Amino acid sequence: MTGSRWLPLGCLLLCSCATFASLGGDESSVQSDAGRMQARSLKTTRSGAFSFHEIQTTAGTAVREYVSPAGIVFAVAWKGPWRPDLQQLLGAHFAEYQTAIQDPNRRPAHGPTTIQVQNLVVQLSGHMRDYSGRAYLTDQLPAAVDLETIH
Amino acid sequence: MRSLAFPALLAAGVIGIACGGGSSHQNNAITPPGSSANVQAIVVNSGPAGNYANGVFTSVTVCVPSSSTCQTINGVLVDTGSFGLRLLSSAGGGALTMSLPQQNGSNGNPVGECAEFVSGFTWGPVVTADVQIAGEKASAVPVQVIDPSFSSVPQSCKSSGVPEQDTLQQLGANGILGVGPFLQDCGGACTQSGSANPGIYFECASGSCQVAQEALAQQVSNPVGGFATDNNGVIVELPSSLGAAASLSGSLVFGIGTESNNGMGSVTVFPINANGDFTTSYSGQSYPGFIDSGSNALFFLNTAQTSLPSCTNDDSFYCPSSTANLSARDSSGSASATVQFSVANANSLFGNSADFVFGTLAGPNPGTFDWGLPFFFGRNVFTAIESHSTPAGQGPFWAF
Repeated sequence: MTGSRWLPLGCLLLCSCATFASLGGDESSVQSDAGRMQARSLKTTRSGAFSFHEIQTTAGTAVREYVSPAGIVFAVAWKGPWRPDLQQLLGAHFAEYQTAIQDPNRRPAHGPTTIQVQNLVVQLSGHMRDYSGRAYLTDQLPAAVDLETIH
Repeated sequence: MRSLAFPALLAAGVIGIACGGGSSHQNNAITPPGSSANVQAIVVNSGPAGNYANGVFTSVTVCVPSSSTCQTINGVLVDTGSFGLRLLSSAGGGALTMSLPQQNGSNGNPVGECAEFVSGFTWGPVVTADVQIAGEKASAVPVQVIDPSFSSVPQSCKSSGVPEQDTLQQLGANGILGVGPFLQDCGGACTQSGSANPGIYFECASGSCQVAQEALAQQVSNPVGGFATDNNGVIVELPSSLGAAASLSGSLVFGIGTESNNGMGSVTVFPINANGDFTTSYSGQSYPGFIDSGSNALFFLNTAQTSLPSCTNDDSFYCPSSTANLSARDSSGSASATVQFSVANANSLFGNSADFVFGTLAGPNPGTFDWGLPFFFGRNVFTAIESHSTPAGQGPFWAF
């Protein structure tokens, strides 16, 4: 995740990019996610009620984007030595997540953290040099999806 | 937080007057009478901000390299889940007031770091210091000074959305002493060029920072690995504390099998994989697990597997209606051990504003077991550093 070098250019591109990929976005946007995160696409897997795309950043973090039968990215998950760019992955939901986790009235977190804001759940796990986590939209989950398969 | 906020503010004011600055400009790594040169006192309490639940703290002395210009910093978090020493500058409300020599990068500009933690990041310059704890000393160690006024925080540092923990109130400590099983806080990745570099280290000029390639020797490093003696790891020793309490005292012992007071006895050794994990099994399923004194609770799985409801006012902790007694099994290779633990209602625990030690505090952590500070209560936990030899073989490993 080398956002520092690509983000200034990326920001300009994002503003004109209608298929910005992220949580809540549509399936066509997954490839643009891979491009913006300097990641390569590994594979797409269909699993009953949904499919997921797996990409890997050049810094070595695996990212999965879960797509519902309606074509909506209903969950994202990551695992690797560095946290991916959550601003990119959470897209339109990043602001509400950031507001919640940075709420000064919130008890300061000193470990894995779960944020739930209305239909958005973000869970941060891991430790220095090994991070994992996931985010999902409770109102977009396909019927009968097992949350334990989102990782 | 609501239950803690008012006493926390009071305590912060009192502590700020009593011991905020530490003792400055004295070359005196203090060894308490009757203790050994490799034993440092630690205490679980509310910390220097008066708001820390389950934080274990100690003091660290830093000196301008090869000089007697030193400052002892109290209220530094002991963290076996990170690597390297970070000290909060007075600019961020911390105790560090002395100036330490700035590290410069290959272009001659000051080096800064965005250090990532699971629930926050720290930002500030990389400096060089001699580090003294108890009777141990490491020379010319790269150390991060946490300083929100250092250049401007790079956008990539903010893109994870987690809080910038550059103030005493956010960090809850005057610094973090990362004594985990790895030597550097980044490792080989930060020596790379281009997009393989994760962008942790920066060279900063005119208020703007560019990602830097940082050699291993320049990276912020676990100071224990640089001690002249007793440098192969640490033992965190804390007594049992199942109920809630105001404070709990223990020891941080340096070295494993190097002195008469740090032998391994009959402990079980758990080698650590490249991710810094071992395996924890719960109800027949296996998960990645790790031991981390800097996590302030036992964080494991979630409600679907544990049947423990999250607190309605804070989804990061469990709030069962009655205390649950559980067990899990840690393993690595042929080594394994069953761990019994209990989970109480976090809101009930936090209800008494005088308590800051919670042996039964727990929260969710999907797909993972994080054996946080409550795991250390009543156990001597060994953390052996990578590529250092011990009587039980080379680190990295945990043993308990």
